[in-house]
Amino acid sequence: MNLKKILKENKKQIIKKWFDAVVETYPSDTAAFLKRQKDPFANPVGGMTIEGIDGLFDQLCIEEIDPEKVTSFLDPIIRIRAIQSFTPSKAVGFVFYLKRIIRDEVKNDPKLVGQFRDIETGIDQIALYGFDIYMKCREQIYEIRANEAKRISFSAFERAGLLRDKHGNDPGLLHDAEDLDAENEESGAKV
Amino acid sequence: MSDLPKPDEFLTGIDHKMPQTDWMNTPTEIRKGMYCYASNYKSVEILGLPNARPWNPLEDDWKLPENWQQIIHEGFKERLDKFRSFKVFMDICVRCGACADKCHFFIGTGDPKNMPVLRAELLRSIYRNDFTTVGKILGKIGGGRKMTLDVLKEWWYYLFQCTECRRCSVFCPYGIDTAEVTIMGRELLNLIGLNIDWIATPIANCYQTGNHLGIQPHAFKDMLEFFVEDIEEITGINVDPSFNRKGADILFITPSGDVFADPGTYTCMGYMMLFHYLREKYGFDITWSTYASEGGNFGFFTSHETMKRLNSKMYAEAKRLGVKWILGGECGHMWRVINQYMDTMNGPADFLEEPVSPITGTKFENAKSTKMVHIAEFLADLIHHDKLELDPSRNDNFKVSFHDSCNPARGMGMFEEPRYVIKNVCNHFYEMPANTIREQTFCCGSGAGLNAGENMELRLAGGLPRANAVKYVHEKFGVNMLACVCAIDRAALPTSLEYWVPEVDTTGMTELVANALIMPGETKRETDLRGEPLPGMEEDDA
Ligand code: SF4
Ligand code: SF4
Repeated sequence: MNLKKILKENKKQIIKKWFDAVVETYPSDTAAFLKRQKDPFANPVGGMTIEGIDGLFDQLCIEEIDPEKVTSFLDPIIRIRAIQSFTPSKAVGFVFYLKRIIRDEVKNDPKLVGQFRDIETGIDQIALYGFDIYMKCREQIYEIRANEAKRISFSAFERAGLLRDKHGNDPGLLHDAEDLDAENEESGAKV
Repeated sequence: MSDLPKPDEFLTGIDHKMPQTDWMNTPTEIRKGMYCYASNYKSVEILGLPNARPWNPLEDDWKLPENWQQIIHEGFKERLDKFRSFKVFMDICVRCGACADKCHFFIGTGDPKNMPVLRAELLRSIYRNDFTTVGKILGKIGGGRKMTLDVLKEWWYYLFQCTECRRCSVFCPYGIDTAEVTIMGRELLNLIGLNIDWIATPIANCYQTGNHLGIQPHAFKDMLEFFVEDIEEITGINVDPSFNRKGADILFITPSGDVFADPGTYTCMGYMMLFHYLREKYGFDITWSTYASEGGNFGFFTSHETMKRLNSKMYAEAKRLGVKWILGGECGHMWRVINQYMDTMNGPADFLEEPVSPITGTKFENAKSTKMVHIAEFLADLIHHDKLELDPSRNDNFKVSFHDSCNPARGMGMFEEPRYVIKNVCNHFYEMPANTIREQTFCCGSGAGLNAGENMELRLAGGLPRANAVKYVHEKFGVNMLACVCAIDRAALPTSLEYWVPEVDTTGMTELVANALIMPGETKRETDLRGEPLPGMEEDDA
């Protein structure tokens, strides 16, 4: 018996279980919404999650995982979770839920255990890509903050050295992201 | 085999499910990336707002006045008496849940307390306890609760996770406008000095120098003169804008964001080119003001009183210059304030004339009382009467979609005019899905004073539903340019799209118009306003 074939045949129910498990990482009211609303524009988190895990599942069922494809399916999900209130392990850990789900499918069938290890390795690999994506997203958040500050303190103004507010400081809107952070860290005590 | 637990065994040890507590019993954790810094106390002082002092939302002690509960209670009561709508909104919600999943912040953050119905419950729970007999008797069972420090912190955290976009109100069978509830809540918070700096400092600047950035009049003029040089380089024409000119027919006011931040600056150049064109062709007479140099009104995010103060200066300047009416640029909440509040606050502006286009003779009936005309209406009318010579092929590098900014869309019902203008100046236009545009448009995620850098996670989460629809038209039609008519959008969308759909850029409507506008006597244009080669000019450029 070929495990990958079994998985393919049972794809629909496995995906549903996996999706439900991912969605249950959200508070219950949110989870209910993510499951109920099928329109991907009214529910982008649910839409992107289902699309992503569907693609990842297919990757697990083929001979060899294609890193580019895995990234393209994983990125949208992790990109969302990287800005929500998840710790890094929770943001990425949903990938591992699939192990438990597949193990239930296999039900200790000794003939399938060996093949299951292969699948497990694939899942581990996907999770590792997940951590890379997570880190990239977090870095990007800092980058875009800095880019925005640059765009807003429009170069011509800097050239002309024109901006001062009434306190003699650069106005709040034009603060460098880092300056602002530093200032705020002191703020409670000092300002 | 090793005894080490397998990775998934680690994870099964952690219960991945969230705790199932009801919202009132779920404590609020103020998370970094989700809130804006407290206001600089100097700005609060300048505005004469209460309880100016340094404070930090992450510390336990918020340095509140001793009798803060009493201040909130009395402020609540006063507003219930003064604003009928507020009282109605407190009373009539049946908790049907129709609004619950319509907020971009709920959709993006997945935090149930961002459901509009719960946002309103923040205030409603106190209302029940303080102002209804049933609520007093039943307490929590009846949905009431006492105002405590924890509740106050919850108010502050979640009332500043609402961009007052009104999307939720579109779906409420009773027309409850949660944005109005947020506005009231923020007003109450301001009574005890709980403001955010991204709002308070711009208002202080605006109050003193006429715009949110604190740009002094001469600097504002210098800035526009830099644009004159840029325009001359691209078109060979000196557009020569006029400033503070008494006796001009029309006063032009736009948000200062168009003057200081890319890509709004290109829209600003667009206004200047348009006005020059109209002057040369039709003797159109318009002036900029370096004093009323801000259309945006962050007072709107603070209190009715502050909004009124900032709004009045535009009309004071119109009076001083003796113009006939005001033309307004591409701004969001400026138009909500004009359309919904101006007339009862500072209006009617009887000293101005009912706006009539001097070029087409069109009477702008809808601006009869406020005397302020939206640039999209003005442009649509010009195009309709064939008054602009246009070459849309100059925008052929762009596949454009249009983001309805919340305020012009839901705040004043303007859907067709910007589309009409854009379709006349661009050959490639594609709509996003119907449930993400027009009255159902999704917020950019950063309105209502939440466009700061420190709350980036919140902004990106709130921006997701909009960006998701942009991603769809990008993938399906190759859309690479998102047009909008709001300065906050032009500041917020590039950032949001950089994270979600980096292939798509942001533009104002008038920038696209100016690209297409054939100006009398212009040299052969090789680039668009951004200095990018026009279609077919790529080789010349090489
Ligand atoms: S007004 Fe907008 S941001 Fe506020 S609760 Fe309603 S949908 Fe959400
Ligand atoms: S849709 Fe209206 S009545 Fe229904 S829960 Fe929301 S605010 Fe209340």
